Amino acid sequence: MAYDKFTVVKSTAVPLPIENIDTDQIIPARFLKATKREGFGDNLFRDWRYNNDNTPKQDFVLNNPIYSGKILVGGTNFGSGSSREHAAWAIYDYGFRAVVSSFFADIFKGNAINIGILPVQVSPAFLEKIFTAIEADPKAEIEIDLPAQTITIVASGESECFDINGYKKHNLLNGFDDIDYLQAMKDEILSFAEAKAV
Amino acid sequence: MANTLFDKVWDAHVIRKIEDGPDVFFIDRHFIHEVTSPVAFLGLESRGLKVMFPKNTFATADHNTPTINQHLPVQDPLSANQLKALESNSAKYGISHWGLGNPKNGIVHVVGPENGITLPGMTIVCGDSHTSTHGAFGAIAFGIGTSEVEMVLSSQCIMQPKPKSMRINVNGKLSKAVTPKDVTLYIIAQLTTAGATGYFVEYAGDVFENMSMEGRMTVCNMSIEMGARGGMIAPDETTFNYIKGRELAPKGEAWDKSLAYWKTLKTEANATFDKEYTFDAADIEPMITYGTNPGMGMGISKHIPKATDLKGGVATYAKSLAYMGFEEEEAMIGKKVDYVFIGSCTNGRIEDFRAFASIVKGRKKADNVTAWIVPGSHIVEAQIKEEGILDILTEAGFTLRQPGCSACLAMNDDKIPAGKYAVSTSNRNFEGRQGPGSRTLLASPLMAAAAAVTGVVTDPRDLL
Repeated sequence: MAYDKFTVVKSTAVPLPIENIDTDQIIPARFLKATKREGFGDNLFRDWRYNNDNTPKQDFVLNNPIYSGKILVGGTNFGSGSSREHAAWAIYDYGFRAVVSSFFADIFKGNAINIGILPVQVSPAFLEKIFTAIEADPKAEIEIDLPAQTITIVASGESECFDINGYKKHNLLNGFDDIDYLQAMKDEILSFAEAKAV
Repeated sequence: MANTLFDKVWDAHVIRKIEDGPDVFFIDRHFIHEVTSPVAFLGLESRGLKVMFPKNTFATADHNTPTINQHLPVQDPLSANQLKALESNSAKYGISHWGLGNPKNGIVHVVGPENGITLPGMTIVCGDSHTSTHGAFGAIAFGIGTSEVEMVLSSQCIMQPKPKSMRINVNGKLSKAVTPKDVTLYIIAQLTTAGATGYFVEYAGDVFENMSMEGRMTVCNMSIEMGARGGMIAPDETTFNYIKGRELAPKGEAWDKSLAYWKTLKTEANATFDKEYTFDAADIEPMITYGTNPGMGMGISKHIPKATDLKGGVATYAKSLAYMGFEEEEAMIGKKVDYVFIGSCTNGRIEDFRAFASIVKGRKKADNVTAWIVPGSHIVEAQIKEEGILDILTEAGFTLRQPGCSACLAMNDDKIPAGKYAVSTSNRNFEGRQGPGSRTLLASPLMAAAAAVTGVVTDPRDLL
């Protein structure tokens, strides 16, 4: 088991209403030098979060104590750019379990699910509603229900369904990963490889 | 049945289709480097797994290597540790390793093709989004995360839903000074940075048919910059001639057998795509970017667009221009340039240095410019010397560095200082990509050369 099971997350959320947030912003390349997966959350959004002298930038949302929670809400095309899984590790390590946006870049989306972060894709209109709700009340709660595949703004009850394929949903609900699955079909892979004569 | 090139290669590698889930997808070639592989090897160890087919994985050090004094010990202890981990993991599991100092060392997406590892019809992955480069050979090639690196090591498979298909046609004749980099920056500007997300692209039309393998690699390399997982071009005589005789390419009977198969790798006439775009080569001029994603590019004679003329959020656009220190409706020509970088998996091949030298020849480096000239591999470096390009560069006041990813992602010491402007032949102009606070203008090797000798953004057509 590679990560904690995901079922329902009800939490306040951190808003980042910026489009095209790329993985170089999520974690800059100079912080990819570790050979172990630990401590990446310290450098999450490093250059938006800290000045060059390592003092916190007061206007950045992660430095504002009003905002906290297990859900990160970003503008459209979240996670574009580099395939670095470190971006997903940094988000997880910081304490987020779900990222909400109206559109995700492919590689980031796959990396997130593979380590147990749920990417929740909502309509642009619903994303606006979430941003508005958090702006009105930074303590507004969002509920993400994976079994029901719904996301709800708790105070108003406004809700939307989201997509996830059945296989990945089953994995997240049970804390399974793809390696477990692939190991279980090793013989089939070996016969395929033999027939292909690699 | 009308099949696309993409369908043919994809379908031949599916071991199992999961209902309401991804395909179990077999991988022929796996490249690894020092940054995205160590945690995958730790995963193998903690699960007690072995590498299933060590001969199908190839290791090279590139992301985090110095580009000067490579014969000396690496100064940064963290970088040195990563390089050591790649070396020891490769040795432990029997994986071929071209580390620092090895004559075959270089950027993974340069050394794979130039040594005949990359072949048509293959599936190729690497923990690096620019793996799309290898699609130039008619392979399905794309970047993966570290969890997937671990999957490929342990089972030679990953689990992927089949992407939708897109064809991008560019027909006609390219104008003077319009290079493959300009073609791809033009396409990305048209589609936007997320315009091909969810798709796998086939590039078609006479512009690509007439392009060299180096040029095709530049185009396929940038596919990820419009969100596509990868891009590919049907293999043809240009492809076969490039591959023939390369060290690890098939020989003799194996060559004949491979060639017969490779010739079947094309899209059937009646095949359809989920999305198709067609562009006219005559509309493309030398390109430059002005913003903080690769879709924010324009012809060099144009002006920076107004936010209201574009799709997307006005606030994000304003943030981007503020970071760059530019205003709406400004021209780029004449803007002061502090750094010039030629290299990377996008433009670090011999053809790129020939183009750079064609403008530099007989001119001098501008005093206000610091230039980093970084070959994609030792093989490219040797070619630069053999062809007399080094003499042209030296005469003009430039020095040649040693191979690596260098200032493309600035993991090593090759960092553009905060606030400075760099004309760069690399692939990303994200905030801080080339160093904290750096400002990147993406362009072709010709545009980079024009900036390097004039010290300002210059239309390369004026110097040819």
